[in-house]
Amino acid sequence: MHRVLSWLLAALIAVATPAFAADLDPLVRALGTGTYADTEKALAKLAETGDTAAVPVIEALQTGDLHVRKADGAVVVARKAGNGVALTDPLTGAALGEADRSAVEKIKINNSLRRSISAALGALTLMSPNPQTRRQAADAVFKSRDVNALEALDTALAKETDEGVRRAMFQARAAVVLNSSAPDADKIAAVETLKARGDRDALALLNAAANSGGAEVKAVAERAIASVEQRLALWGAAQNLWYGLSLGSVLLLAAIGLAVTFGVMGVINMAHGEMVMIGAYATFLVQEVFRTFAPGLFDLSILVALPVAFLASGAVGVAIERSVIRWLYGRPLETLLATWGLSLALQQAVRSIFGPTNREVGAPSWMSGAFELGGLTITYGRLWIVVFAFLVFAALLVALRKTAFGLNIRAVTQNRSMASAMGIRTARVDALTFGLGSGIAGLAGVALSQIDNVSPNLGQGYIIDSFMVVVFGGVGNLWGTLVGALALGSVNKFLEPYAGAVLGKILVLIFIILFIQRRPRGLFALKGRAVEA
Amino acid sequence: MLTRFLLMGLDKKAGVLLAVLAVLAVAVPVMALAAPPDSPWHLSTHTVALLGKYLCFALLAVALDLVWGYVGILSLGHAAFFALGGYAMGMYLMRQIGPRGVYGHPVLPDFMVFLNWQELPWYWHGFDQFWFAALMVVAVPGVLAFAFGWFAFRSRVTGVYLSIITQALTFALMLAFFRNDMGFGGNNGLTDFKTILGFDIQAPETRVGLFVATVVALAAGYTLASCVVASKLGKVLVAVRDAESRVRFLGYETERYKLFAWTLSACMAGVAGALYVPQVGIINPSEFSAASSIEAVIWVAVGGRGTLAGAVLGAVLVNFGKSYFTAALPELWLFALGGLFVLVTLFLPKGLLGLAAQVKGRWPSGRAMAAKPAGQKGI
Amino acid sequence: MSAEDTLLYLDGVSVSFDGFRALNSLSLIIEPGEMRAIIGPNGAGKTTMMDVITGKTRPDTGTILFEGGTDLTALREAGIANLGIGRKFQRPTVFEMHTVWDNLELALKAPRRPLKTLTYSATRDDRARIEEILDITGLSPKRDRQAGSLSHGEKQWLEIGMLLAQDPKLLLVDEPVAGMTDAETEQTARLLKDIAGKHSVIVVEHDMAFVRELGVKVTVLHEGSVLAEGSLDAVSANQQVVDVYLGR
Ligand SMILES: Nc1ncnc2c1ncn2[C@@H]1O[C@H](COP(=O)(O)OP(=O)(O)OP(=O)(O)O)[C@@H](O)[C@H]1O
Ligand SMILES: [Mg+2]
Repeated sequence: MHRVLSWLLAALIAVATPAFAADLDPLVRALGTGTYADTEKALAKLAETGDTAAVPVIEALQTGDLHVRKADGAVVVARKAGNGVALTDPLTGAALGEADRSAVEKIKINNSLRRSISAALGALTLMSPNPQTRRQAADAVFKSRDVNALEALDTALAKETDEGVRRAMFQARAAVVLNSSAPDADKIAAVETLKARGDRDALALLNAAANSGGAEVKAVAERAIASVEQRLALWGAAQNLWYGLSLGSVLLLAAIGLAVTFGVMGVINMAHGEMVMIGAYATFLVQEVFRTFAPGLFDLSILVALPVAFLASGAVGVAIERSVIRWLYGRPLETLLATWGLSLALQQAVRSIFGPTNREVGAPSWMSGAFELGGLTITYGRLWIVVFAFLVFAALLVALRKTAFGLNIRAVTQNRSMASAMGIRTARVDALTFGLGSGIAGLAGVALSQIDNVSPNLGQGYIIDSFMVVVFGGVGNLWGTLVGALALGSVNKFLEPYAGAVLGKILVLIFIILFIQRRPRGLFALKGRAVEA
Repeated sequence: MLTRFLLMGLDKKAGVLLAVLAVLAVAVPVMALAAPPDSPWHLSTHTVALLGKYLCFALLAVALDLVWGYVGILSLGHAAFFALGGYAMGMYLMRQIGPRGVYGHPVLPDFMVFLNWQELPWYWHGFDQFWFAALMVVAVPGVLAFAFGWFAFRSRVTGVYLSIITQALTFALMLAFFRNDMGFGGNNGLTDFKTILGFDIQAPETRVGLFVATVVALAAGYTLASCVVASKLGKVLVAVRDAESRVRFLGYETERYKLFAWTLSACMAGVAGALYVPQVGIINPSEFSAASSIEAVIWVAVGGRGTLAGAVLGAVLVNFGKSYFTAALPELWLFALGGLFVLVTLFLPKGLLGLAAQVKGRWPSGRAMAAKPAGQKGI
Repeated sequence: MSAEDTLLYLDGVSVSFDGFRALNSLSLIIEPGEMRAIIGPNGAGKTTMMDVITGKTRPDTGTILFEGGTDLTALREAGIANLGIGRKFQRPTVFEMHTVWDNLELALKAPRRPLKTLTYSATRDDRARIEEILDITGLSPKRDRQAGSLSHGEKQWLEIGMLLAQDPKLLLVDEPVAGMTDAETEQTARLLKDIAGKHSVIVVEHDMAFVRELGVKVTVLHEGSVLAEGSLDAVSANQQVVDVYLGR
């Protein structure tokens, strides 16, 4: 609502501008007459109008594009074009044709003028009716810490009504004050303001203040620094936690399918990564279809890709189970080798069909961008993946616990012959279970296509990690997989700042190797004879 | 004592294999050096190096078969030991370059100069001596395997779990060796070797010398492995493979037996790697990849696990096939390799030698204690 | 009686699996040279008791002493076996890929460390002992057969033979005559009686005729603890035993 209003306002102003332009014209013309001092006077008058239409003129003056046309003394913007220069009206931006370079003369500026310009610009934009512009202006002042802007800031502050912009202006003012020779009392107030802001920029300013100000300011600044640093560390930890959660959810997605095939069925599927890859390529294909036939609906492509990827990977999974794996039940090491062979063949197949290079998978608009949460930056893409991972996990849990199919799966995996004696078609259940695990891998592929390169090697990067997650969490225990994924994700991200990404990963691997030796059956181990059998 | 040990170990298959190796050790030098270049009998340096490479792989396969075929430990990380041996040799060869590098630094290898290193890292010292490097070729993989096995076997990690952590081990090493600040040349590894023991590494005579050394190493490794598996210790190993906990109840500390075989196997793999590097002229972190380890497993599976001769046969055949395919039909190689994995596990659980024996109708023969195809467990 | 004079001393041994108590404060004493028969319904904890003695399962609480002083709960399987405790499993487990002869050679009393086995070669005595055991177990004609190809009964005999080859001080024999003919059962009983005296034996068996044939003290296990102890006739007369086990 608010937004809409401000847009409307901006539009109104745009329509109203020409009426002002007439009044501004003589002031603009005055810029081009005479000495630096004259220009400075004209500039001051221009700024006094408080009319934002003057902003482009002053900006042109700042960049050195403002010229006087020798023929009629009109002030124009001249930019290089071809051999000559292209002229435009500084106020309206209307094209005034081309001219020879010698036909115009640049309005020169000196240092004093330069300062006035930025003060004028700051004042004008700070007064802009558009709150966004005002805010940007305040932020610009915060960065430049230009003492000349102080007056303009105070004027603007007196009129400002928008809470957010007001805060930004206050902070800008504090930054300027600290940079000025203001009395200590003012500086201390400024330190407090910056402390409340509490980000890295504020920290830099506070550090500067602590090194330059009087003893009292110094003490206050140092306290403020400590408090800001603590706050930053806290947010840093929170950010790491979020990254960890985000990586953990990716690991979870990649590992859930494995938790079904390896954890529940005991089939060690080295081609699991390729199931993920197939899911990613399915996403690519679906998006291609959307791009060609319904570009307007592109935002929906991911949603369509989900079932497609599930079915594609699931079907490949069922085919693999029926043709290879079913002959190898009870021979885990052979299964490992055969499925590794399949993974090689699948990679090569995809390479032959789609080429060895990365394919472009786009993000729908609702998955791009980011938002701030306190000191955290959270991208929508990552957020959706976290949500999605938990949804898939919950859905699988329900499917295994609450549905007849889930009951059949558990019956068959626990006692095959008994289950078959009770009339369960074990072969069918095997195939469907494997299909389910593979299908979930396909879903993971849809999610990973958003954050990783879609190439034939996509799956290879995840296979070892997924196995680590499942083994670490405890085979045959979905909750273990969840905990394992999140724990490994966070540990990885917390190690990264200290050890670097690669070394962090190595440390995690070593940790898992040692962990498995301590607890060969994982975090949440099953016990009893069933395990030994 | 030793002769009895040897006699016990060498059966008919071993005799055939050693005879073939002896013929190679004589014929290849003659064909490469004495036959005139235009004669059909002439072997190019390239071919000699290729044959040498196959035999290095054969030694790796023998090492792998010792633990997989006889102890039931499916290692998906043997390439790590192979590569470590290779790196040890590579470091020696780097130091041999001396001031002949591109940057002409008297001590530092080129990549260190390039990375602005000021002095040699401590672990590069000693590698200018051949004897030291040769010791490290065996010791580094051996110590790593011992430490890893000590933890793993003592905590009774077995089966696929063990396989997966061996893979994690080699994966971690690969990541580590990719890092520039590890001091092993990062991504590019070690290469541009000039001389070995003072001989020009490109010279045909040196190539032939390296080939003969490989033949000798393979023969020695094979003999050692056959003697081990023929001894009572070998019988214990097979018993561990088939029913480990039963063996414990007989009073054998199975962990020690596994550790013995595992460490011995890693040392052999290290030697294979060390001979491989001067013949191919490079060692880089991709040797640590999971794929190289698993490929070695398939050589053994193709030849027939639990038969040392099968491991040799499989390594040579598959690598010959690989050379052929990657030259003639590169697109198809991965399909062929993938298909091989599937076909062998489904239809040839005992490998080619098993098939041959079955055809002859006298399986199992002699000392060929192929594993039960099904993963049955004792007790 | 003090623990010092006993060969095997179990006191208050409990084991539970996921809350299920397989052994419940079990106490049992075996004297040197004694043979003891253990009977009890399925799931009474007989096999679990052997698991606990041989180190396969760790007890939650309780004391297990061997020869009066050695704490078995602190040792692993191989260490316990090397003290002189041999075991025959309920489900016969032999090394299927090895020949009958090799199975016996592996079991034969000899140094167990890797370097010793690497250089081991059978002495004349060793061979004679293996021949002798082959004779006792009737496996002489099949000495070069792979153990995997033996019948169930033959595997039982081979396991008994392996036990003999180990020459342990204490033999734990779990259901030795399951799958044997009546004649073989009798032969087994005779064999065990021969062994007892020099060695101590614990036999678990459901076959009452066989237990009667042994004619030794019987312990009845039920729900993980001792229900009754005494001669077979005495325990057969015990009403509780009849109720939980013998009674129909
Ligand atoms: N590792 C284990 N995990 C779970 N339960 C176990 C385990 N070992 C034994 N049990 C349980 O303990 C109980 C006792 O088992 P045990 O094998 O000792 O009985 P048993 O007396 O030998 O029976 P049987 O006469 O049938 O051989 C059984 O209910 C069994 O299910
Ligand atoms: Mg029992």
